[in-house]
Amino acid sequence: MTQTDYETVIGLECHAQLQTATKLFCGCRASFGAPPNTNICPVCIGLPGALPVLNRRAVELSLRAALAVGCRVNETSVFARKNYFYPDLPKGYQISQYDRPLAEDGVIVLELETGTKEIRVERIHMEEDAGKLLHEGFDDASSKSGVDFNRSGVPLIEIVSHPDLSSPEEATQYAESLKEIIEYTEASDTDMEKGNFRFDGNVSVRPRGTTELGTKVEMKNLNSFRFLAQALAYEVDRQIELIESGGRVIQETRLYDPGADKTVSMRSKEEAHDYRYFPEPDLPPLTIAAAQILEAKENLPELPEAKRERLVSAYGLPPYDAEVLTSSRELANYFETTAESSGNAKAASNWIMSEVLRKVKETDATLAELPVAPAALGELIQLIDDGAISGKIAKDVFEKMFATGDAPGVIVKREGLAQISDVSAIEELARGVIEANPDQAAELKAGKDKVIGWMVGQIMKASRGQANPQLARETLIRLIEDA
Amino acid sequence: MTLWEQSATEITTKTRRGELSAEETTRAFADRIEALDPAVGAFLDRMTEPALERARELDALPAAERGALHGLPVALKDIISVAGSRCTCGSRILEDYVPVYNATVVDRLNDAGAVILGKTNMDEFAMGSSTENSAFHTTKNPWNLNCVPGGSSGGSAAAVAARLVPAALGTDTGGSIRQPASLCGVTGLKPTYGRVSRYGLVAFASSLDQIGPLTTSVEDAALLLEALAGDDSHDATCATRPTAPYSQELGGDVKPLRLGVPNAATSEGVDPDVRAAFEAAVATFASLGIAIEEVTLPATEHAVACYYLLATAEASSNLARYDGVRYGLRVSEDEPLRVMMGDTRARGFGAEVKRRILLGTFVLSSGYYDAYYQKAQRVRSLIGRDFEKAFERVDAVLLPTSPTPAFRIGEKVDDPLSMYLTDIFTITANLTGAPAISLPGGFASDGLPIGIQLVGKHFDESTLLRLGHAFQQATDFHKKSPTIAET
Repeated sequence: MTQTDYETVIGLECHAQLQTATKLFCGCRASFGAPPNTNICPVCIGLPGALPVLNRRAVELSLRAALAVGCRVNETSVFARKNYFYPDLPKGYQISQYDRPLAEDGVIVLELETGTKEIRVERIHMEEDAGKLLHEGFDDASSKSGVDFNRSGVPLIEIVSHPDLSSPEEATQYAESLKEIIEYTEASDTDMEKGNFRFDGNVSVRPRGTTELGTKVEMKNLNSFRFLAQALAYEVDRQIELIESGGRVIQETRLYDPGADKTVSMRSKEEAHDYRYFPEPDLPPLTIAAAQILEAKENLPELPEAKRERLVSAYGLPPYDAEVLTSSRELANYFETTAESSGNAKAASNWIMSEVLRKVKETDATLAELPVAPAALGELIQLIDDGAISGKIAKDVFEKMFATGDAPGVIVKREGLAQISDVSAIEELARGVIEANPDQAAELKAGKDKVIGWMVGQIMKASRGQANPQLARETLIRLIEDA
Repeated sequence: MTLWEQSATEITTKTRRGELSAEETTRAFADRIEALDPAVGAFLDRMTEPALERARELDALPAAERGALHGLPVALKDIISVAGSRCTCGSRILEDYVPVYNATVVDRLNDAGAVILGKTNMDEFAMGSSTENSAFHTTKNPWNLNCVPGGSSGGSAAAVAARLVPAALGTDTGGSIRQPASLCGVTGLKPTYGRVSRYGLVAFASSLDQIGPLTTSVEDAALLLEALAGDDSHDATCATRPTAPYSQELGGDVKPLRLGVPNAATSEGVDPDVRAAFEAAVATFASLGIAIEEVTLPATEHAVACYYLLATAEASSNLARYDGVRYGLRVSEDEPLRVMMGDTRARGFGAEVKRRILLGTFVLSSGYYDAYYQKAQRVRSLIGRDFEKAFERVDAVLLPTSPTPAFRIGEKVDDPLSMYLTDIFTITANLTGAPAISLPGGFASDGLPIGIQLVGKHFDESTLLRLGHAFQQATDFHKKSPTIAET
């Protein structure tokens, strides 16, 4: 058999860190980047006698995420202890949810070239993060390891898909789509670089046409879309080659090494933990009233798909523009503010898709960090539409806005870039060009229209680009005809 | 009357009025500990100096700022966290562990003006019924120094019995307040699960653990409960429902109350002296005009098995944090991580704790969970239903506390099963969460005290305490003290 005779089966597990001010079971700050062990207390370092108390804000955010991916929220869910020994796990167990998760049975719709495909979300449950081992950055790091518990107890949701994904590309698209949705709900900032949004994958292959699942391999810590795609592709190839060469896939957990672009075995099934899950006796079951679910549903922010449809219907944008502009909630907001303040949605869309996104790419900045606020871009578009500046000058003004952070009106005034639409001023410029170029003027008078472009160009040159080109053209024709 | 003969209520009332000074009281009890504890071994740590300093501060307080336990010396079982004082849980693994925060009950005692005089001995991590499982020393029963004080709160019970303190706190997971109270002839109350915060109580079995007072009378138990009870934002399992002015509700007529007596209460395995004391107690209650009704609690025959599955399961998880990484004992420091963790736990835990961790780990293991843990949870619900049914007809249930009076030190150490069976009458209240109290109910032919037990409805400590108080008004068992107390 060849590669194409195999079918790939992938399921993804996503860990998203919730955007709460404090940790899941204590009042410690959940922020990133503080010096080691400064955001800790008896609860999150597991001191004897300390008890967890649930952060209600974390429940609200989880609820939002669950509803956004179409899950059914369980009115009663149960926290459970997942028991294993590891130095970054201060209690010797992680508080998670097991047989009664927060929410179940969601769906994410992917737009594939072959049409749409529904990927089922099996469950979403809440859990706490563990601490982090440190191997450098402190005294005697050469002989010892340290543990930083700042991260211990930070709230996470785990979003588990069914094994409905049929290729690494599909898996990556699902991951991107999920990130987009979760980011829109503001349940998580989905910052993958900080590890606030990370994936594990379950991969198996089987001969095409068969229904029985192959032996699955779990892949840990796929921390960027690129690594996700590479790791899954590598693993699919590895499994097929293994089977083709007469081998057998064994159930195991493997780790992706991006440097070498390969996966390496972490532990086999035999070495897998028996987590001895049981209901967490320190926390009563989590009950969420039907009214709260309803309220959360009503307060759910507009999700990407709905926003795309609205950008097309309300602003008259082409679907392609809407697709690009809704790739993040931040970008969509940037567009809407620009469109409102300029009164010209298509121009706003063009400017953002070309100039603004180019700047984002060049400077590696976020939209919020850009020196050009959407209202300022709106003002710039308005200046063009009012004829105050030309489109060409506008490009320069935009660069200057970017460099200085000044408003376009201020720049235009300061640099004297306003478009010349004054008839007498244009007439003066046109007379000058006619006088300096009598031959061309004669040709034009004789009906040789071809030179008109060249002569308008001379007016633009003489005005340093500020003359209103339309007016310059009209004025030139009038003067020649009158002469 | 000398100071040690007075009740906690009397001492704090007089101190609040300025008739006694907190400093003198504290010194007097500290002196008694100094003189008598070498024989009893109730304490692991004494806190004499900080206690005296605290007493002087209390003496300086104006009358209006004096709390309900003003100037009252108390001892705490060494499983309750006091910031800055080591909390061993009777274990080598926490021999040098010093908490950085106070348990909620410690804050409440302090707010009420109590003086913490020391930490008492216990079975390691509250696992045991004789205090012989302490990693440090064996506590003796003040009534007979060759006998155990019961456990696991044996140090607290012995301290109150020998009148080394007027009151002490213990914890009760399967009878650990009531059984030693019974064996030491004192009053021991296990409040309803959720009535008193567990924050800062080092967990043994989280769904069963509860803190409560050991005192010489019901009146004192009510006084202490009043100070301890109530919701706590640090404990999600703590009940939000309001507490009652327990000590003021004592007295009053108990006539309309009905008492249930299980048909199998004094069946086989119960010592004849215990049976006699139990029957005498039934008669005493009847003489107070209380209606006695027979009740059946069929599922309770599985209580011990159910308890030892659930309690060990929770314990195996609760004790996982003692791994040598962050605090407590660490051995084989230079060995690989797994070796360090394994050796630390092997060295740090005693035999009984290891037995229960192994049992609990097994019970939760994949493939066994349904057969053991899950089934035990179902039995737990059935036992709860038995009591609910009984409480439709009666206001409280009367049971023996322990099937026997205190046994001899060493008698049961090699027979864990017979040790486990000493909890047969107390375990049900932990499984159902109901409040229960052990009262001195008589003496065996050899002079050892015998306890009787009342089990009440959830959060109805009031009725339980009223019944207990009425019993103590009609009897004087609780007023007797061992000879050692008088020396």
